Amino acid sequence: MKRIEAIIQPHKLEDVKEALKAIGVDGMTITEVRGHGRQKGHKEVYRGMEYQVDLLPKVKVEMVVADARREEVIRTLATAARTGKIGDGKIFVYEVADAIRIRNDDRGDAAL
Amino acid sequence: MGNLSVPVRRALVCAFTFLSAAALFTSVAMAQNAAPDLEKRLADLDKATKAAQMAGDNAWMLTSSALVLLMTGPGLALFYSGLVRRKNVLGTMMHSFILMATTTMLWAVIGYSIAFAEGTPFFGDLRYLFLHGVGAAPNVDYGPTIPQQTYMIYQLMFAIITPALISGAFAERMKFSAMLLFMTLWSLIVYFPMAHMVWGKGGFFNASLGGQIPAFDFAGGTVVHITSGVSALVCALYLGKRLGYPNESMRPHNLVLSVVGACLLWVGWFGFNAGSAVNAGSLASSAFVATHFGAAAATLGWMFAEWSHSGKPSVLGAISGCVAGLVAITPASGFVQPFAAIVIGAAAGVVCFLMVTAVKRQFGYDDSLDAFGVHGIGGTLGALLTGVFATKEVNDVFSGRPMGWIDGNPGQVLNQAAAVGVSWVLAIVGTLIILKICDAVVGLRVQEQDEVQGLDLSMHGEEGYNFES
Repeated sequence: MKRIEAIIQPHKLEDVKEALKAIGVDGMTITEVRGHGRQKGHKEVYRGMEYQVDLLPKVKVEMVVADARREEVIRTLATAARTGKIGDGKIFVYEVADAIRIRNDDRGDAAL
Repeated sequence: MGNLSVPVRRALVCAFTFLSAAALFTSVAMAQNAAPDLEKRLADLDKATKAAQMAGDNAWMLTSSALVLLMTGPGLALFYSGLVRRKNVLGTMMHSFILMATTTMLWAVIGYSIAFAEGTPFFGDLRYLFLHGVGAAPNVDYGPTIPQQTYMIYQLMFAIITPALISGAFAERMKFSAMLLFMTLWSLIVYFPMAHMVWGKGGFFNASLGGQIPAFDFAGGTVVHITSGVSALVCALYLGKRLGYPNESMRPHNLVLSVVGACLLWVGWFGFNAGSAVNAGSLASSAFVATHFGAAAATLGWMFAEWSHSGKPSVLGAISGCVAGLVAITPASGFVQPFAAIVIGAAAGVVCFLMVTAVKRQFGYDDSLDAFGVHGIGGTLGALLTGVFATKEVNDVFSGRPMGWIDGNPGQVLNQAAAVGVSWVLAIVGTLIILKICDAVVGLRVQEQDEVQGLDLSMHGEEGYNFES
């Protein structure tokens, strides 16, 4: 099983959710985060005090999928989240040791 | 004050003429007891018109009192708290809110007496201690057509908001217990005497009630804004900068609150200025208009000054400009023409913008919410310009003699400067003494870890926003 973690532009969240639902991925965790890669921040001014704001709002989408589905999910996610500009984000893939469904103790792929 | 307005006077004259004619005819026809009947009807008419005037004036004054309290809660509470960091939002609101309670007690016990009882030119005697004698009967010196209780409660709202303004200077780092002690002493030592000097009967600067150096301060440029603004600067310098200032980011956490607060201040200010006419007549209208025009002009003044200086017109700038204009027009509101109000407002917008951006950065003091830059400087500017633009065409307090420079009395500006000077000195000296006392008794500034944690948690054990619940 793999955990797929994607940091994306907030305004692409709906597109990503729709695209993943369309291929049958309906379990995910979504968090509002702040961060940056190579994308520059912006300047804010309050009563003459200037602030360089480098922490930009992003959305983190996480899901755990069976090994067999890994590439399909990554491709779908990346296509849906892409605008072509700097700041589109990144996807990371992690190994998952186990998965358990809390309701009925299912384990492994059956729990996904 | 208290003269019958022209339409009412006209109505009375017409009624009198009509009744006289009727009486003449009747006496010719009957030649009997027409005279006592007429006397009684005139007396009844007199009582009825007086009651009608009192009802109109009292309704406006009670409304104005509510409007001025609205300026503190939630106007100022929102305006200030939106500008601080999230961890201090409640503590900052509390600074304004709690004064609504504590100042009320001080006022009821002794404040009204010190401010408005006749006594020396600098403070009143104790005839109104515990509001003794302050009831339904009007005080003819201050408001002949309203109960003295109304006048007292109206003035209380001013006494409440003035110390609340100071909290802008020590936001995010003042101990709550120290603040309570500070505000109590400040009201007693600075506000009540200053109010007496400018508005109390026999007060040193009172232009209408026997002041030695008559200065025009319609609604509190000196009494409210200069005292609080200058005291704020003293506090900011004494307490020192916030941890991390100016390098750490201290952006306003919720400007939305501040915009709402500014709007409530603008509307509430109509009670503050137009209510200072102490009646619902044409002077109230004039002050209302001057207030509004001043606010509008100052908003634009600050906005355009900032737009050309930084490239973008900020919302914070627009609302700051509006407050600066309201501050500056406060002493002038019942003395100047509408277009003079526009000039005063525009000047305040630009000057306060420069104060708060360039000058503050130059000197490096941490007047966190610009209480000095807006209230201290705005109030000083407004008080001086009142000496320029005050005219008997609007409010003839000198019985026909010239009032301001445009009336042909340039010396009035010097009188204004005297009142301004005294308010600066009283604020500085009084505040320094009080700060020393408070520091010795309770300690002014919070501990470092409390400041880092935020006043909401460290002082009040609460969080403003609990998104998990």
